Amino acid sequence: MFKRWLRNSTVATALVLAPLPAFAQDAPKQGGDIVITYKDDIATLDPAIGYDWVNWSMIKSLFSRLMDYTPGTTELVPSLAEGFEVAPDGLTYTFKLRKGAKFTNGREIVASDVKYSIERAVDPKTQGPGAGFFGAIKGFDDVTGGKTTTLEGIEAPDASTVVFHLSRPDATFLHVLAVNFASVVPKEAVEAAAGDFGKKPVGSGTFILKDWTVGQSLTFERNPDYFIKDMPRIDKFTVEVGQEPLVALLRLQKGEVDIAGDGIPPAKFLEIKNSPEGADIIVDGQQLHTGYVTLNTKVKPFDDVKVRQAVNMAINKERITRILNGRATPANQPLPPLMPGYDKGFTGYAFDVEKAKALLAEAGHPDGFETILYSTNTDPQPRIAQAIQQDLAAVGIKAEVRALAQANVIAAGGTEGEAPMIWSGGMAWIADFPDPSNFYGPILGCSGAVQGGWNWSWYCNEDLDARAIAADSMSDPAKAGERQAAWGKIFTDIMADAPWVPVTNERRVVAKSPRMGGAGEIYVDPTRVINYDAIYVKQ
Amino acid sequence: MAFLLLRRLVQTALILLGVAAITFLLLYALPADPARMIAGRSATAQTVANIRRELGLDQPLLVQFWTYLQGLFQGDLGRSYAQKTDVGALIAARLPATLILMAAGIAVEVVLGVFLGVLAAVRRGGFVDRFVMMASFVGVSAPQFVAALLLLYVFAVTLAWFPMSGFGTPAHVVLPALTLGVLGAGWYARMVRSAMIDVLNQDYVRTARAKGLSSARIIFRHALPNALLPIIAMIGIDIGQFMSGVVVVEAVYGWPGIGQLAWQAIQQVDIPIIMGVTLVSALAIVLGNLLADILAPLVDPRIRAR
Repeated sequence: MFKRWLRNSTVATALVLAPLPAFAQDAPKQGGDIVITYKDDIATLDPAIGYDWVNWSMIKSLFSRLMDYTPGTTELVPSLAEGFEVAPDGLTYTFKLRKGAKFTNGREIVASDVKYSIERAVDPKTQGPGAGFFGAIKGFDDVTGGKTTTLEGIEAPDASTVVFHLSRPDATFLHVLAVNFASVVPKEAVEAAAGDFGKKPVGSGTFILKDWTVGQSLTFERNPDYFIKDMPRIDKFTVEVGQEPLVALLRLQKGEVDIAGDGIPPAKFLEIKNSPEGADIIVDGQQLHTGYVTLNTKVKPFDDVKVRQAVNMAINKERITRILNGRATPANQPLPPLMPGYDKGFTGYAFDVEKAKALLAEAGHPDGFETILYSTNTDPQPRIAQAIQQDLAAVGIKAEVRALAQANVIAAGGTEGEAPMIWSGGMAWIADFPDPSNFYGPILGCSGAVQGGWNWSWYCNEDLDARAIAADSMSDPAKAGERQAAWGKIFTDIMADAPWVPVTNERRVVAKSPRMGGAGEIYVDPTRVINYDAIYVKQ
Repeated sequence: MAFLLLRRLVQTALILLGVAAITFLLLYALPADPARMIAGRSATAQTVANIRRELGLDQPLLVQFWTYLQGLFQGDLGRSYAQKTDVGALIAARLPATLILMAAGIAVEVVLGVFLGVLAAVRRGGFVDRFVMMASFVGVSAPQFVAALLLLYVFAVTLAWFPMSGFGTPAHVVLPALTLGVLGAGWYARMVRSAMIDVLNQDYVRTARAKGLSSARIIFRHALPNALLPIIAMIGIDIGQFMSGVVVVEAVYGWPGIGQLAWQAIQQVDIPIIMGVTLVSALAIVLGNLLADILAPLVDPRIRAR
């Protein structure tokens, strides 16, 4: 597996250099100056802090990391690293840095920059959300506990070598080095920015932030010294913020905007799709996303597995995909199809009203019961919650829909005994990296079933937790297949207990101008949403 | 006058303190944890606890409030949780756009409202009157979102006279100001109409008419100034309202005003920004009313006498 990774790095470069065969007919152009809109402000471009879907992809392009993914895929490849070795016990990783890679301030990147950057992401003073990803590195607890600011598990024996010592095997460690929090930053620029690095980022990615007019626009220009030749493809992109999606779409149709980042408002979707230029405008792609309903195992009557199974059979998922304009497929297990470990053969609970009623009767609720279904309050989520409400009514369950602001739903979910059911739409789990373990711990494992946690089913199965730990200890590359299967089994076994109703796997929709080329997968990249490195203007 | 100003200044300080206290308490009573919003989904409990500690959220509420007030006295509005930058700078960056839209919107409201109000009063009971009253009723009840999109569609998309979105040139301000002005003018028109009808029925107007003055002179020289007083009070209120943000209009036209900042901050539970914007708008409301109080005696000598 690891040899394959090394080989893939060359393949990936070749893929980037040569036009990808699938989009060859588009004839990509080197250069171009495009405009992208978003509704909300860009929060911060500090890679140790930024953690929303909009700044995530910008940070990906401003900075580089030891590992990255082939554009449009979930395939892990070395990036700032030239190559790496893993010790047989899986506890030591040795990386060789690419020669001549430079920060955009002109300084060459050295091994101690990698050490500094990860220590900065872990340091509580940074207030970064991503510290926990690095939990396997030796000395982690001392840094988060505030005892020291240096991670003893990272060494830089010479300028081009970084060695990681882990305190436990972590099969996801290479993915961890590809998340934004592992981006390499120059210490001198962080210190010069005096706490404002998020507005004055300096990295070594494909783009440089040239200008930021707060509340209005950001300008990114191509990094001419980027270490992979002929990347990125566009010369410049301007991000205009504060743009209402409906207006952004009108502007796109007039040619003022190239990518409407927030996609197409549901009310406009069919009109655009059926318009003559519709096919040229709409691009979509699969995400590492599952939309689900949590059934709170600590709230009656969902403490009864029969009730949870009955609810699983009661919801008409096909109908919900229609509310989503067909840009979704029904889900039957927690993992999305794109995720390694997804079980194609698994069928889950089929939609069956009669069987659901029978199970409810068996559980002692022949006349159903009353409950509450939480949902976020932005379209189309309340409509989906209503569809679920109707489905539940058909089996006798009277659910009150409580549509609230996202922050309030999250708070309710993390409070014990509070929310019986939550429709996850609008805040559903999208994986940080394409590995099945990322879909377990916080949302289905015991560690997430705590006050303020994200396991809104409050489901805790110690047996599965132990299997999860065992799977994540299989860091031997030879066992990658076995590990993947172990994870897949964990997720299908969870469904016997039915803490969730997996509802949909949604495709993300982006609207682009006809002059923009490339497949949907680089506009909805599974690891970063818009892949600014790979999108291009047609010739 | 100096005494009035001094008294108002003290009042302003007290009002702001009260607003700060109430907003602060309400925000922290919300069932939403800012540290969790920052930490996101993958964060461990320890990461959340660390963030909470770094933000000072683990301190007792009164201590937090006191720390906030100390900053406030030094002109420091704190740092945004989500954007990790000074709230003062974020608000300052959006202040010009907010002020421009406020001035332009109120100008359209007043000019249009006074003109229509006078017209309706003079033609009282006639077709013009009924038309103006109906139109102003539609104006004040129309949702901003619909009106804004309608104007945008007609004047920016179809006719392409104005840019669709953005900020920077005088052309950019026309549509947002028109949206606010046309909708708000209804209030002014109704107010001016009823004030004018009162004035026009008074004896001195009859005297003026008997003297043989032209109706234009009667209306604009003798009657209108006496009917303007309520308008000034309304402008004072509008200043406060526009400063607290016109979220919908700002959103449709991509106008970088304070409303958008506040809206985003509320969704992210970014308490320092919410506090900052609330205080700025409270200040604007107080100042707007103060301005109306200062202007009123200048316009109407009867108030000066009191």
